[in-house]
Amino acid sequence: MEIILNNLLTLILFTPVLAAVIVMILPSDQEDLIRWVSFVLSFIPLALSILLWMRFSPAQPGFQFEQKVIWYSAIKSSFHVGVDGISLTMVLLTTLLTPLAILASFTIKDRVKSFMVLFFLLEMGMLGVFLMLDLLLFFVFWEFGLVPMYFLINQWGSEKGEREIWGGRKVAARTYASFKFMIYTMAGSLGLLLAIQMIGVVSGTFDIPELFARWTALEGSLFGMPIGVVKSIAFWAFAIAFAIKVPVWPFHTWLPDAHTEAPTAGSMILAGVLLKLGAYGFLRLVLPLYPAESRAYAGVLGFLAVMAIIFGALASWGQKDFKRLVAYSSVNHMGFVVLGIAAAAYTLGMESEPLALSAKLALNGAVLQMFNHGLSAAGMFFLVGVIYERTHTRDLNEYGGLFPLVPVYGGILIFTSMSSLGLPGLNGFISEFLVVRGTWPIFTLYTALAMIGLFFTGAYILKAIKQVLQGPLNEHWAGHITEINARELLVIVPLMVLMLWIGVMPAWILGVINHAVSMWF
Amino acid sequence: MTTETLLWLLPLPPVLAFFLIILFTYRSKSFSHTIAVGAALLSFFGTMVVFFRAVQVSHLGDHPFATSIPWFPTGSTWFNVGMLVDPLTAVTLFFVAWTVLMIFIYSVGYHNFGQPQGDHDRAGLPPHGATVQDAHGRKHRVPSVEPMYSRFFAFIGLFAFGMYLLVLSDNLLTLFVGWEIMGLCSYLLIGFWYGKPSARAAMIKAFLTTRVGDVFMLLGIVYLYSMTGTLNFREIMHNPETLNMLAGTPSYIAGLSAAGLIGILLFIGTIGKSAQWPLHVWLPDAMEGPTPVSAMIHAAAMVSAGVYMVIRMYPIMSAGMDVGHGLTPPMLFMAIIGAFTALFAATIAVAQNDIKRVLAYSTISQLGYMIAALGIGGFVAAAFHLVTHAFFKALLFLGSGSVIHGMEHGVHHTGDHHIDPQDMTHMGGLRKKMPVTFWTFLIGGLALAGFPLVTAGFWSKDEILADSWAHAPLVFIVLALAALLTAFYTMRQITMTFLGEPRSKEAGHAVESKWTMTLPLVILAFFAITFGWLGIPEGFPLIGGIVPNWIHEFVGGTLLEHPPALGFSWVPLLTSLVVSLGGLALGYYVYRGVRSDEKDPVEGALGASLYRLLKNKYYFDELYQAIFITPAYWLAETFTSLWMDQKVIDGILHWFAYISGVIGNFLRNAIDKPIINGSGDMVSEGAKKAGGSLKTIQTGRVQQYMILALVSLAVFGAFFFYLVKMR
Repeated sequence: MEIILNNLLTLILFTPVLAAVIVMILPSDQEDLIRWVSFVLSFIPLALSILLWMRFSPAQPGFQFEQKVIWYSAIKSSFHVGVDGISLTMVLLTTLLTPLAILASFTIKDRVKSFMVLFFLLEMGMLGVFLMLDLLLFFVFWEFGLVPMYFLINQWGSEKGEREIWGGRKVAARTYASFKFMIYTMAGSLGLLLAIQMIGVVSGTFDIPELFARWTALEGSLFGMPIGVVKSIAFWAFAIAFAIKVPVWPFHTWLPDAHTEAPTAGSMILAGVLLKLGAYGFLRLVLPLYPAESRAYAGVLGFLAVMAIIFGALASWGQKDFKRLVAYSSVNHMGFVVLGIAAAAYTLGMESEPLALSAKLALNGAVLQMFNHGLSAAGMFFLVGVIYERTHTRDLNEYGGLFPLVPVYGGILIFTSMSSLGLPGLNGFISEFLVVRGTWPIFTLYTALAMIGLFFTGAYILKAIKQVLQGPLNEHWAGHITEINARELLVIVPLMVLMLWIGVMPAWILGVINHAVSMWF
Repeated sequence: MTTETLLWLLPLPPVLAFFLIILFTYRSKSFSHTIAVGAALLSFFGTMVVFFRAVQVSHLGDHPFATSIPWFPTGSTWFNVGMLVDPLTAVTLFFVAWTVLMIFIYSVGYHNFGQPQGDHDRAGLPPHGATVQDAHGRKHRVPSVEPMYSRFFAFIGLFAFGMYLLVLSDNLLTLFVGWEIMGLCSYLLIGFWYGKPSARAAMIKAFLTTRVGDVFMLLGIVYLYSMTGTLNFREIMHNPETLNMLAGTPSYIAGLSAAGLIGILLFIGTIGKSAQWPLHVWLPDAMEGPTPVSAMIHAAAMVSAGVYMVIRMYPIMSAGMDVGHGLTPPMLFMAIIGAFTALFAATIAVAQNDIKRVLAYSTISQLGYMIAALGIGGFVAAAFHLVTHAFFKALLFLGSGSVIHGMEHGVHHTGDHHIDPQDMTHMGGLRKKMPVTFWTFLIGGLALAGFPLVTAGFWSKDEILADSWAHAPLVFIVLALAALLTAFYTMRQITMTFLGEPRSKEAGHAVESKWTMTLPLVILAFFAITFGWLGIPEGFPLIGGIVPNWIHEFVGGTLLEHPPALGFSWVPLLTSLVVSLGGLALGYYVYRGVRSDEKDPVEGALGASLYRLLKNKYYFDELYQAIFITPAYWLAETFTSLWMDQKVIDGILHWFAYISGVIGNFLRNAIDKPIINGSGDMVSEGAKKAGGSLKTIQTGRVQQYMILALVSLAVFGAFFFYLVKMR
């Protein structure tokens, strides 16, 4: 027990790799064995995360469960892990969604072993980003996660569909999507890598907690430029990398493609966790490393967030493809996360008690919204996958009146949609309310404009329910589609329980988040 | 049990019933309705206990039942939520408990419990009826049980929970939670028969129209929270300092105080929820749901919640009233919207032939009364009318459901399914066939029309008219006109439905409904009369003061300062008598002899074009379609999805990719291939060529090799000799 507790974060980070190795040595033709072993093994990180959650003391400032081992002494980079309330929440989300996503991919028939191995590596990559307190290793894990995701989309993505690129050239949709996802994110990471190297060289360390003090205290000039200019450039290098990942409007167009073409489990993780990496980057790195720049450019970020909220909702409403509709809803929902972060950024360093409270509430809302969106988006993508496996279409106009055929599925779809819509009583409302409350005194106009997006959230959610479940039954499906099965229920029910639980009693999770964000002000 | 504990338990039974039914008992119809009605009964008894304990407390407004717990952390403090019973809550709870219970019981009969399964019934569509054989082997068409019977009880259970939660909340946030849960339930229940495209359109229309109001209300809530640091009703509204601060702080909009802007934002929420103009369009379409749902929406819960909220927030609406002159901006706004809606909806109701649609517009109109009353400062009058209206409107809707049931029975008998059982032009003479429904409907109708002295509607409406006469004569004139129309269309409805001779064979074969449907009618009829007697003004001629004006005393105590009772004035009383009796008489005389093939007399009186305008509800649906919905679709589908995302943003990305491709090709074709590959190739190609030409001498013949060796030796020998010689 002692050894587990002392190395808890390292264990959480690398048990997925262990799982991948175990799966790798299983015989390839034993597909069921591979599936069940993967499923069972994916509970180890989850169990460790729950243990971590129980042992974590929210009121204690700073990082906990820290471990620091020299990794590359010449450039003063070390393997340094640690959690605070924000990363803890994200770790829990990641380890929670992975078993569910693995269970959801039991229908994968093709190269099961490779799929599962890639999945565990993906989990490790994401966890690394949340756990790392070393800037260089942060970047390593940041990039690492891309590779498994690329292959998941490229190899196991939807087999139908083509995309025209230019000059009448057509490529398979999943090739297009995976390529766009990979290249776009890597293009964003380019500036991030340069900025990280620059910071490391200038500050003489890559250790994030040390950088909080050293890098921000830097004065004078660098490379013949005033330090402010250098910092501004580095700020934008960071901000654009994270903005692409979130994604913030107008960097969002990779998302609907990647989500739509990815396999169900891939979409669940992509929407559930991968998007949070960007928002987490803002929280963990951008705000503490660039307080002055964050403040100066908070208005821009807030504006882009509002655009994401409004146009994400509108675009979602305008889709004819069920999965694309859900994909665009992520742009809309993540807009609230960024809006909350921007509002908090704007108040950094201000000596105003009421504004500090608002900023805390906005950040509480933003982090909770990250968690909530992880639940609801994963749930929605899973439900799209369930209906797709039965109908082999994602075209909303081809469903119609399915509710009598699949009453349980229908009820679950309405429930999950309502969580996504932010219905009071479910999780999404608490976080959206906190963001709106927090940003109102800071960005009043933006908050008011965000309401347009909130309205259209209702429109697209109801459109999806209407097209899939309601209206005259499309006789084509009568007798051809089956009710949601036990395995699928096992995937969605934990998510539903959490949605209701957080909606009714949010204190258990907000308590942890609140302590973490309160320490900033 | 202490009252405080009881308060927490009050909303729980219906929501537990919801979960029990959808998770476990949905297969059993009798289990499901037992659980739901049982839950409603539990909440009902609990409410009655709380209510009677509440009325015994002297100065309940100063010493309310209150209890709260921390809900979630906000920085260094906690957001607390709790339950509160002050006088306003107590009277609201009273009507909610009664109407909810009555609607639950009524639903058992309405959904044909105990009838056979339908022949072709399918979930998502209304039951079409079943064929049964009697002992003589003859086949009869009879009503069939609702296929989604259990689901209905689950949904109204959740609906009732939403209303209880909203009424009992001690803060605006949990009120909003209840508010939105009811929004969801009305969505689910309006579209209960989701297989019908009309119901599907109506459910979405209801949800989205109210959501317009909701997002404004959310802003009002966060603004209030930002300003005061709390959303607790008593901390804000029983605190003159806070109210003065709100009234004295300028808001973001020039000329409005913070209280003014908050008040207006919150009131826009009510415009949506209580279907006030211009967001009234959803309520008439909400008729697509089963009739008990209409009663739930129109009386017990949904729209009453909107009015309840503004009554609750009245101290903010009126904050700063004594500082300036006259009404505050939110109050003025409410007075205008309310009075206009009252008249506007009444004119539409005059030209409707669907029995439920008439009632729907009357609801909009009556809610306008309450809003207008609040706008001119009639706090007690608004609350009073809210309660009496809930009783008589629940009665009228349940009564209309009973009528429709009777008519459906006639339709099953004749087999002519082209007859719309809700169309009043096919009715008539039902008083003999359905006596209980008739008498109770008559009571409800008279209460709606404000029939003098006897009915509850008279007393509450009279109080609104008296208030408006005293404070805003213009509002008084509009409301009086609306009252005239109300009496007229009510009597038109009663005459067309119940009086005279049957206008169709179906009406001739209508039968009275079962006791589960008529019992609630009788009980509601009791309150539709007697509840008004609790609010007879002290100064009323002859009968004033016999029964104390309990409503004014009790409900007025909600406010920090008890509102003064108005002195008696003859003008509103006489107006009230004239418009009520005049309208009723006119309605009777015009419609008593109308046959089904005859033109509607109103059409003759108004002229065809004006009549068509009213019949088509001033074309608001068409107008909104043209100016909001179609452009919004364009904005979403064409502008955002196609132009902005696919053409512009992806276009730029593809351009980048294209340019990268061009650069790559250039590098390959102009540099890599000719220069780098070329120079490398030259070496290899040269070696290859040299090898190729040299290989011709590799013949494999030893003789040739020997000759070659000798020749080479000679040549090299000569060469070396020459070199040595030269030195």
